[in-house]
Amino acid sequence: MLDLWVGLFVVAGVAALVILAFKVGNMSSLGGGETYQITANFDNIGGLKPRAPIKSAGVVVGRVTAITFNNERFTAKVTLAVDQGYKFPKDTTASILTSGLLGEQYVGLEGGGDDQMLKAGDNIRLTQSAVVLEKLISQFLFDKAAEGSPAKK
Amino acid sequence: MPHRTLPSLRSIGANAIDNVLRLGYAARFIGLTLAHSGTSFARPRLIIRELYYTGVLSMVIILVSGLFVGMVLGLQGYQTLTTYGSESALGVLVALSLVRELGPVVSALLFASRAGSAMTAEIGLMKATEQLSAMEMMAVDPIARVVAPRFWAGVLSMPLLAAMFSAMGVFGGYVVGVVLIGVDEGSFWSQMQSAVDVREDIVNGVIKSFVFGVAITWIALFEGYDAPPTAEGVSGATTRTVVTSSLAVLALDFILTSFMFRGI
Repeated sequence: MLDLWVGLFVVAGVAALVILAFKVGNMSSLGGGETYQITANFDNIGGLKPRAPIKSAGVVVGRVTAITFNNERFTAKVTLAVDQGYKFPKDTTASILTSGLLGEQYVGLEGGGDDQMLKAGDNIRLTQSAVVLEKLISQFLFDKAAEGSPAKK
Repeated sequence: MPHRTLPSLRSIGANAIDNVLRLGYAARFIGLTLAHSGTSFARPRLIIRELYYTGVLSMVIILVSGLFVGMVLGLQGYQTLTTYGSESALGVLVALSLVRELGPVVSALLFASRAGSAMTAEIGLMKATEQLSAMEMMAVDPIARVVAPRFWAGVLSMPLLAAMFSAMGVFGGYVVGVVLIGVDEGSFWSQMQSAVDVREDIVNGVIKSFVFGVAITWIALFEGYDAPPTAEGVSGATTRTVVTSSLAVLALDFILTSFMFRGI
């Protein structure tokens, strides 16, 4: 009788762990699937973090694995692990986008028209940096100032 | 004047030395327990019996309080999130706070008061009624026969109980958020699944509860083994178990959290 209860207890505990892993966590989607690594250089990555999703047309196709600083070109080198099942042309554009107004940042891939596909270890050449709010505001102010000055004269 | 301040100063010093001595004894005690665990693994019936008393009997309180904690989280989280119009993130809030913090910590506190105090009282009473000495007389090592099975039962059942607490809490949050209030079910689960990471959140929670399990059972067993063999001694040791292990859980939680969730 004791054994039965202890067995039930252990089964319930393991079941709770499995529920947490599959129903609450993201074990079922993109867990341990085969991926291939490509890199991309960005002038500014903004708030991008490792493990951020990579999306194409809104579908998650991979995750950012590493972000390092390239000291020769003074750019950020982002390593992307893309799911083996998804292939992208050589002239794919990678841009850093934000989901929603205050959401997390992710890498967006937009396929081009090249008939050669990206292979493991390739580098994406066409990139678009994250939007930095301060730069945007200062650009806007410069434009306004440039507009305003001839009118005063 | 010095003859007035001297005795209190002396008692501070005596207390400090006493505590350091106890700490050393406790370290020797856990070492002995680990060294004698081989015999208790050779006789798993002993561990199964203790798993029943520490694990199975704690299940009801863990499941019920997990459910209520999850329901409260659902209610309070909805109140706050709805002012920002982001009540669809309710699932994320409930799941992350349960899996990372509340699951391991609250179930450890309940475990300390439910199972830890019982362990201390049992072993303390065994010592007071000289059952432990009787075992030694029969060449049965009380650490191998009494302490080690209880230690492993506590260490094994704590992560399982914490996982049950978290799972039950997520269910409670679901009942209040989706069934009663009417948050969209799809976004509740999908946002939760995209935000909760198996390695970063769930495995770290399990590691936390494992560490808490070691700390609580160690403290409970040591307090029982070290209790003065009187009625007062046993009751004092039981109180100390609950107080010390609760404080240890909270302090360890801060240390573990600062290591685990640094970059996120």
